[in-house]
Amino acid sequence: MTEKKHIIQRLMDNPWVLLVLGVVIPLLSYTLWGWIELLMVPPAPLP
Amino acid sequence: MRGLRDMNTTAEFETNTSEGAPGKAETQDKGRGWNLRSLVGGSRTCDTTGMPVCLDGQFFIRINAVLAVVFLLIGGVAAILLALTRWEAVHLLPREWFYRMLTLHGLNMLIFWILFFEVAVLYFACTTLLNARLYSRKVAWVSLGMMLTGAVMVNTVIFQGKADVLLTSYLPLLAHPAFYLGIILVAVGTLVGVFNFFATLYMARKYKTYEGSVPLVTFGATAAAIIAVVTLLHGAIVMIPTFLYSMGWIGQPDPMWYRMIWWGLGHQSQQVNVAAMVAVWYMVATLTTGAKPLNETVCRGAFVLYILFINIASAHHLLVDPGVGATWKIWNTSYAMYLAVLASMIHGFTVPASVEVAMRNKGHRKGLFGWLTAAPWRNPAFSAVVLSVVIFGFIGGITGVTLGTQQINIIAHNTLRIPGHFHATVVGGTTLAFMGLTYYVVPLLFRKDYILRSVARVQPWIFAAGITLMSFGKSFAGSMGVARRTSTIGPAEEAYGAAVHVFLGMLGIGGVLAFIGLMLFVLLTVGTLLLGKSNVGRPMACWGKPADLEGADMRSRPEHEEHKTPGTVILVGVFLLAFAVYYFANWAALADVWHVR
Repeated sequence: MTEKKHIIQRLMDNPWVLLVLGVVIPLLSYTLWGWIELLMVPPAPLP
Repeated sequence: MRGLRDMNTTAEFETNTSEGAPGKAETQDKGRGWNLRSLVGGSRTCDTTGMPVCLDGQFFIRINAVLAVVFLLIGGVAAILLALTRWEAVHLLPREWFYRMLTLHGLNMLIFWILFFEVAVLYFACTTLLNARLYSRKVAWVSLGMMLTGAVMVNTVIFQGKADVLLTSYLPLLAHPAFYLGIILVAVGTLVGVFNFFATLYMARKYKTYEGSVPLVTFGATAAAIIAVVTLLHGAIVMIPTFLYSMGWIGQPDPMWYRMIWWGLGHQSQQVNVAAMVAVWYMVATLTTGAKPLNETVCRGAFVLYILFINIASAHHLLVDPGVGATWKIWNTSYAMYLAVLASMIHGFTVPASVEVAMRNKGHRKGLFGWLTAAPWRNPAFSAVVLSVVIFGFIGGITGVTLGTQQINIIAHNTLRIPGHFHATVVGGTTLAFMGLTYYVVPLLFRKDYILRSVARVQPWIFAAGITLMSFGKSFAGSMGVARRTSTIGPAEEAYGAAVHVFLGMLGIGGVLAFIGLMLFVLLTVGTLLLGKSNVGRPMACWGKPADLEGADMRSRPEHEEHKTPGTVILVGVFLLAFAVYYFANWAALADVWHVR
């Protein structure tokens, strides 16, 4: 019977989950949030 | 030399000798094609380390490494021209050529040299360290072909004077379409190489070419590869519409949007460097002193923090942009990013601490720093990595965190302090670490012993001294308000005062020294490839290793002292003190901006 691994160890042994998390977190925190902020900037009134 | 594998005590090579259930035997049968130990004709055993080497992997590591050095040379020649221009007393280049060389320098140093070398590191980490063969030779060719074609296109267009837009190529500046297409090709080609890495990782795991967790160096390379995926996705998002615009097929993308997405490419590509550099630190520490990480889980945890949080640091390039709000800026550059800073500090502690433990276990236990003075300083790989850790941490890291603070950024943005910071991280940190690794890559994979070994021993010191001096010169000149991305201080000279010439002179002299160090590295490496003595059939010539003192067996050290690292703790204390002084000095400088009476 194999010893059950700790969840953190399982996370560290799974590059695919790390890949998904590593892509999703910056895309949400930096890119998507920032993009929304830029979309909400009102157009500058022309002189 | 067996330390690289031994570093991870939970992972051992699959020997394919065990008799198991039919299912397992079938898996092993299929796996024989992937297991380097049982691969006929496609692998060799390293004469020095005894580790298996995938011949396909070796071939592409060699090509990528050689091309990396070629781009380093191109970027280096541009660098010396720039340094001699910003050295106001010399002011070599006219404005037009300054911007041309700055564009050439940025792309060759920050993108091409680093990405080609990183692909080489990835191929090494997924083949030799996992006892697996490279997933696909064809995919590796596609990757290499796209990257090389793209890099040649970009450099050609720059030399033709059709892309004087700097590395950032901020819209509405517009370059020739081939410039953007070239960058897209390099980015996609790198992504294809990263795919080859992940596919090899998958096959190695599926066919059990190793057991347990992957080695720490491979884990670090995986972190770099994951960060590269995010980076290259941003590259595609920003460069494809810009290329279409340059062709006249669509309207101009919004410049604010361009800046935000571009830094998802520009800054994150430097985070790939950081992860790869740290992996190289661990690798070289093991190769040169036999060091093993103090705690595998903590080191891996620090890499996970990189994967999750380091990419959002790109936001600090937009700290003075009006389009994004303070909450977005502070969250991305402070709270979340500090978790990545914590990761760097963990690595900055564990690497020297692991060396201290290894040296103390060899018997070098005199005082706090006896282990450090007895370290193999004559080994250029060791000295390069120590200097890389120091420059990256003390100069690059401290300035980076400080400049990335929203309030302080307002007094430093777009000044020479910024390149003063990133030359310490990318050049003093990453490039120097990669140079150090090269002193093992050439003898182990090209199977040639270095020529002019006494020159090689001083090369990292010359390069490090030059980069440090240049970084200080830039930082101090920037503190006086000197702008980056300009060829001259020109009419503003009187406003800065005479002292600015001292700092711009430091920049120039540092640049000359660093260039000498770089040229020595290129000449030594290319010279060795052409004239070096073959070491086929015997171990590589030893650079020098720390002596095992008599009676220095691990068992002679009391158990409760086995992991004590008093010297490193002192060094970390000095680092934290320097950090605090610099940080608060900057807040004081910020306070001076407003005269409250």
